[in-house]
Amino acid sequence: MCLAVPGRVVRVSVVDGTPMAEVDFGGVRKDVCLQYVPDAAPGEYLIVHVGFAIQRLDEESARRTLDEFTRLGLLEEEFGEVP
Amino acid sequence: MKYLDEFSDPDLARSLLRQIHAATTRPWALMEVCGGQTHSIIRHGIDQLLPDGVEMIHGPGCPVCVTPLSVIDKALAIAARPGVIFCSFGDMLRVPGSGRDLFEVRSAGADVRVVYSPLDALGIARDNPDREVVFFGIGFETTAPANALTVHQARRLGIRNFSLLVSHVLVPPAISAIMESPRCRVQGFLAAGHVCSVMGTSEYPSLSQKYGVPIVVTGFEPLDVLEGIRQAIVQLEQGRHETRNAYPRAVPETGNPVARQMLADVFEVTDRAWRGIGTIPGSGWRLTDRYRDFDAEHRFDVTGVHAAESALCRSGEVLQGLIKPHECAAFGRVCTPRQPLGATMVSSEGACAAYYTYRRVAG
Ligand code: SF4
Repeated sequence: MCLAVPGRVVRVSVVDGTPMAEVDFGGVRKDVCLQYVPDAAPGEYLIVHVGFAIQRLDEESARRTLDEFTRLGLLEEEFGEVP
Repeated sequence: MKYLDEFSDPDLARSLLRQIHAATTRPWALMEVCGGQTHSIIRHGIDQLLPDGVEMIHGPGCPVCVTPLSVIDKALAIAARPGVIFCSFGDMLRVPGSGRDLFEVRSAGADVRVVYSPLDALGIARDNPDREVVFFGIGFETTAPANALTVHQARRLGIRNFSLLVSHVLVPPAISAIMESPRCRVQGFLAAGHVCSVMGTSEYPSLSQKYGVPIVVTGFEPLDVLEGIRQAIVQLEQGRHETRNAYPRAVPETGNPVARQMLADVFEVTDRAWRGIGTIPGSGWRLTDRYRDFDAEHRFDVTGVHAAESALCRSGEVLQGLIKPHECAAFGRVCTPRQPLGATMVSSEGACAAYYTYRRVAG
């Protein structure tokens, strides 16, 4: 139950005074409460847990991490640090 | 889906694994705190691809697994009352109490409903003003903001027939308890990424210092887990013990300040019993006085329930990383996910269930 997954904001709305969004999880759409990421906009990725966005997924940072993995891999090939 | 597939790329995974092998000169014992990471490690066989002597100890970070028996018994007692609609996340339904589980209470006629979100339970309360609706509010810091907002909404909207049975647990005190145990073998931690998405990373550097252990905030996809392991081993090999963030795409240093504000308003720290481990001081949250009216324990007066664990089940040792699930004599014989003896066999994030599901018999 503790898993949280990234999903993409499709549209935002306000229900009973609370910001909500329709979020797409690889084809499955769910209503998600935006109370904790109130300025999320359509197209952005959010980390969602039990119907609540708990954090914005920083695409920039995701990219950087993947680039870093690739760079480490290239370094390793170059210097042949493989056991 | 975006940022799931990319972080399971097999070529990059192989590359990270080679780097882990190249960095390792000695045996190390690392604990992944979160059950989601346990699941990912066993599912992808990551523990079996690590260098000989690098051991993953599976931590107590599955909220379903550590919810104490007495709280399950309170849930069962409340659910069985006439007029109550008892709402819960699905994986709590099969967790055995001292006698029955919520499924059995439901078969006996109780109105027990599975919801995806605590807000769904609040909606049920609004639609059924003549019934008492109780939500089983368990979980780590990841789940607490959802429960906090729900009870806040109940008060704001004047929905008086809603209450929360709260058993929240916190990660940093659990890390302390593990390190203070005389049988502790853990030399480094992968901290639970989504807990830190909410709480940030500021609680961990003092733990790294105090216990001399690297703590690496780690995500859940295979590359995330491998990178967490790699960073922990590199630190250990260099004799360092720092808190590092290997999951920056979802974990800003300050976590989620809006959520933390709400948590501070709705919850206060309390001692909490962990199933199979015992009471850990300051390791949980309960509702503050302002929200006491919404506390199901008080509303239904079940504060006095106490219970004892099954004698066969060794989940306490599993949760502390002292044994692997298959070392329990009941594993896969009298204890299976369909007929679980202990909570670690119930939740898919429980170590026993992960070992059973992925047919892991030898560590
Ligand atoms: S296999 Fe079953 S009985 Fe043994 S420790 Fe795990 S949950 Fe308990």
